[in-house]
Amino acid sequence: MPSTHDYSLAELLIAAAATAWRGNGEVLASGIGIVPRLGAGLAKLTDSPELLMTDAEAYLVEEPVPLGPRGDYRPKFSGYMGFERVFDCVWSGRRHVMIGPIQIDRWGQTNLSGIGGPHRPKVQMLGMRGLPGNSIHHANSMFVTNHGKRVFVEGEVDIVGGVGYNPRRWPEGARREHVDLRLIVTDLAVLDFGGPEHAIRVRSLHPGVTFEQVQDATGFPLLRPSDIATTPAPTPDQLAIIRRLDPHNLRATVLKGNPPGVPDAAARR
Amino acid sequence: MLDKVVSARDAIAQLRNGMTLGIGGWGPRRKPMALVREIVRSSLTDLTLVSYGGPDVGMLCAAGRVRKVIYGFVSLDAIPVEPWFRKARESGAIEAREIDEGLLQWGLKAAGMRVPFLPTRVGLATDVLTMNPDFRTIRSPYDDGELLLAMPALKLDAALVHVDRADRLGNTQTIGPDPYFDAQFARAAERCLVSCEELVERMDLAYPDDARLNQFERYFVTSVVHAPCGAHPTSNPPAYGWDMEHFKRYVAAAGEDDGWARNIGQFVGGSEDEYLEQAGGRARIARLPVPVF
Repeated sequence: MPSTHDYSLAELLIAAAATAWRGNGEVLASGIGIVPRLGAGLAKLTDSPELLMTDAEAYLVEEPVPLGPRGDYRPKFSGYMGFERVFDCVWSGRRHVMIGPIQIDRWGQTNLSGIGGPHRPKVQMLGMRGLPGNSIHHANSMFVTNHGKRVFVEGEVDIVGGVGYNPRRWPEGARREHVDLRLIVTDLAVLDFGGPEHAIRVRSLHPGVTFEQVQDATGFPLLRPSDIATTPAPTPDQLAIIRRLDPHNLRATVLKGNPPGVPDAAARR
Repeated sequence: MLDKVVSARDAIAQLRNGMTLGIGGWGPRRKPMALVREIVRSSLTDLTLVSYGGPDVGMLCAAGRVRKVIYGFVSLDAIPVEPWFRKARESGAIEAREIDEGLLQWGLKAAGMRVPFLPTRVGLATDVLTMNPDFRTIRSPYDDGELLLAMPALKLDAALVHVDRADRLGNTQTIGPDPYFDAQFARAAERCLVSCEELVERMDLAYPDDARLNQFERYFVTSVVHAPCGAHPTSNPPAYGWDMEHFKRYVAAAGEDDGWARNIGQFVGGSEDEYLEQAGGRARIARLPVPVF
């Protein structure tokens, strides 16, 4: 029997990420980056086969495509989803994307553009990409590899790319009802926007992590539900699927040192 | 009979300082790099670029030809931030107009439709409005009264696009899995300069069964330049992938003192033939593997 040690923290995060797409119905599941993409694939191959998914380039597939060099595997295309179709999909609302922003604030606003303000950033990063459109039209979740105050900032993010629930940002008459922020999966915990006025709360803590530890690593107050679950361990079936979707073990490169799912200290307790 | 085929030099000679250029492709994918290199070899300057940016934007910034960039991102994908663009942006050398990538398409579409703007929710409640202080909102004239962003038309003086096949009339075919927004660039522009891997006399005679690969009509196409491997170092699947070794040298040069001037030979060259020779020749480029995601 495999013990609880036999999964990595990255694998725990993949299983947690997969839950974001559960019960979404027929939407395009877009996981950007290794963990979100594997999470979307895991969701589709377990409880949510109705999800739509791409080959990470331009075609829709019904079988999630394994990451990296594929050997003899040939993706089987069921439809088309070039970038122009992705934009049409975004505006229709039939999508749930999970991305890794460089900053997130208490209102769920996100930044991929840079550090140090919009006019003359100290560090230019990727740019707005599709954040303004994604966040105002369809479901969005987030993935954070290094839960800390540099990501979960005290005030507003330096450059607002993805919209959130900050009332001061919204002009009168703009429609906010499609804004739909779901989960934030980090290396410490799973957060959601389930508090009053969409305040961010801790939904589950990873094995060995305390609420105080998460709060100390966050630049704004987190809601503490009376009963916080432990993030569920991936099942053997889930682990088998994850390993099949990631034959080159790219998931081992996501978190520094590829830590185990249950820290040694917690396992000894 | 129409014949739009010209040399890259003659194509670029149609452009003027201060023009707004739209550049097709996406990040490090199917960029009209032979035409971009020809701009660097020319004296053109003070340009405004509209692009799903990659090394096209980075090289023109590095060469000091850019006044303003309108973009959703500037990236080499596997190398997330374009290093030469980053330098220009962080030093304040360029005016940066950052927008959502869908807004960029909307601006091109408005220009192609010859309307002043298209309405959208995209950009509201974000710093798109801070970084583009000339953008205006508009109230829906219908009962809903919704407030929307009026994305202004992005009118281009010229579009630069790379395709797989073209003929002398300006008919084109793009084979890769994603045509990106090349068609919208062509439609938004006063003139469209096309570079191609393969030049044929007549598309209808050479490839009559592939007309679905045609992305925009030839009445938009002003000039056709025969430029095999003309997307290098960006990818042009299925013909060739991006040149990661070249990109690594390109990124490393951005960290050197005087890195552009010292490396302009290998990144631009005195002529396209010289450039491709330094990049290992057409045979090497044709073997570059298409990236797997």
